[in-house]
Amino acid sequence: MIIGSGTGGTLTANRLLREYGDQAEIVVIDGEGDHVYQPGLLFVPFGMANPQDIVRPRSKQLHDGIEFRAGEVERVETEASTVHLADGTGVGYDLLVIASGARLMPEETEGLTGPGWGENVFSFYEMGDAVALREALKQFEGGRLVVNPIEMPVKCPVAPLEFCFLLDWFLHKHGLREQSSITYVTPLDGAFTKPVASKELGDLLEKKGVSIETEFATGEVDGPKGRLVSWDEREVPFDLLVAIPVHGGAEFVSNSPGLGDDLGYVRTDAHTLQSLAAANVFAIGDATNLPTSKAGSVTHFEGETLTANIGRFFKGEELEGSFDGHANCFIETGFHKALLIDFNYEVEPLPGHYPVGRAGPLPLLRESRLNHLAKLAFQPFYWHALLPGRDIPGISADLSMAGKQPAAEKAGKAK
Amino acid sequence: MSTVTYAGEPVEVDSEGFLEDPAQWNEQVAAEIAVAEGIGELNDRHWMVINYMRETYLVDGAAPSIRTLGKASGVPIKELYKLFPKGPAKLAAKTAGIPKPRGCI
Repeated sequence: MIIGSGTGGTLTANRLLREYGDQAEIVVIDGEGDHVYQPGLLFVPFGMANPQDIVRPRSKQLHDGIEFRAGEVERVETEASTVHLADGTGVGYDLLVIASGARLMPEETEGLTGPGWGENVFSFYEMGDAVALREALKQFEGGRLVVNPIEMPVKCPVAPLEFCFLLDWFLHKHGLREQSSITYVTPLDGAFTKPVASKELGDLLEKKGVSIETEFATGEVDGPKGRLVSWDEREVPFDLLVAIPVHGGAEFVSNSPGLGDDLGYVRTDAHTLQSLAAANVFAIGDATNLPTSKAGSVTHFEGETLTANIGRFFKGEELEGSFDGHANCFIETGFHKALLIDFNYEVEPLPGHYPVGRAGPLPLLRESRLNHLAKLAFQPFYWHALLPGRDIPGISADLSMAGKQPAAEKAGKAK
Repeated sequence: MSTVTYAGEPVEVDSEGFLEDPAQWNEQVAAEIAVAEGIGELNDRHWMVINYMRETYLVDGAAPSIRTLGKASGVPIKELYKLFPKGPAKLAAKTAGIPKPRGCI
């Protein structure tokens, strides 16, 4: 049984069907609705993507032979291997995969959805919010723009930075850059968490004239007065705020004793993807508490380890701790360019080339037009390779050091 | 990584002064870190936070977020900033002898 039909649930179901379909009954539980290609949400506010082009029906992404069951999960009783649904039914399982993702919790921040929401306070992490922001940017005549991921972790931790870069480009394009300022307000102590990338991305913000306000723990959003207030009483004024709300795991995880951490993410073994709560419960994607990015690429790389370990679990074999935290993200930097970063639990994002050593062709941690084209070209791969649970040729699940400049060579430049 | 002396014992810390091994921590170490970091003498409210931090870290392998601290440690966020000025999540983690909150990426 799989809870969730987003990236993780869909690719897991399709992989399991292909590998064990004749021996297993596969059921996916989720609400009815759309499957959104979430990387596309970044482009919606700038008119670079239309909502209808990045959305498909959820259940249609599951291959024939997988049962889709519409329902809302209330809690999981791991001792009884039972999922309790909101309508009162209990459903038993032999093995459970939790792929319920991360949810946005704007109500956790005082004032965020209060007066000003939809007027001078916006977000873009959900379709409706991205469309509302698009309309606001169309009317924008210049002023102080502030982008603030309120708390880490967030889905796609580079998206708020990409938003700044695209905003810079968008304002230039409309002749509004000179009468506007962009400020990136972050709870972190730099542009990014890992030293080499933090330095490179920090330099890029500076180059684009984006100021950065670090270690800012947002306590209140005051729309009517146009100011962000931190818990230690610092203030950042804005004419238009783009906030990335606090994230947490699915509510049913917190309702299930022992299953989740303080934010509702499933306590998960970082290498085998087995939950720490029960041997027959696994987790994948944003739903886990793993110390890696909440991103589709991570989920894709986890898919191989997860399905192999589910096979081992049923055969009574020892699980393999083969997942290395591999993440791979294109970072859109505006003016038709993008960066690429590739990293895992141990190796931070480094400069070099990807995926085939010095032959590239994609440069790492450096702006290029090719990376931008690759980012735009990725959507068909998402629907036709990633969700069906296929490997992408030339891109291995484990991180490869080929083509990367080790941190020692760059250490002098870091921080 | 470097070695500093707390409570008369050598203790390994990272480049920002966070303990490398939470097992090298004890209450005297916490008291000395608190003085070195400008927190001053630790009172009952500090200890509520420090103990909550350590317990959460030992169960989850990660430090709790500032929001969780405010909800679950028994000390509201405003007060956390008075107890551990300039960043309670980081300073309380350092005093509690656990690694720097990673801010998860």
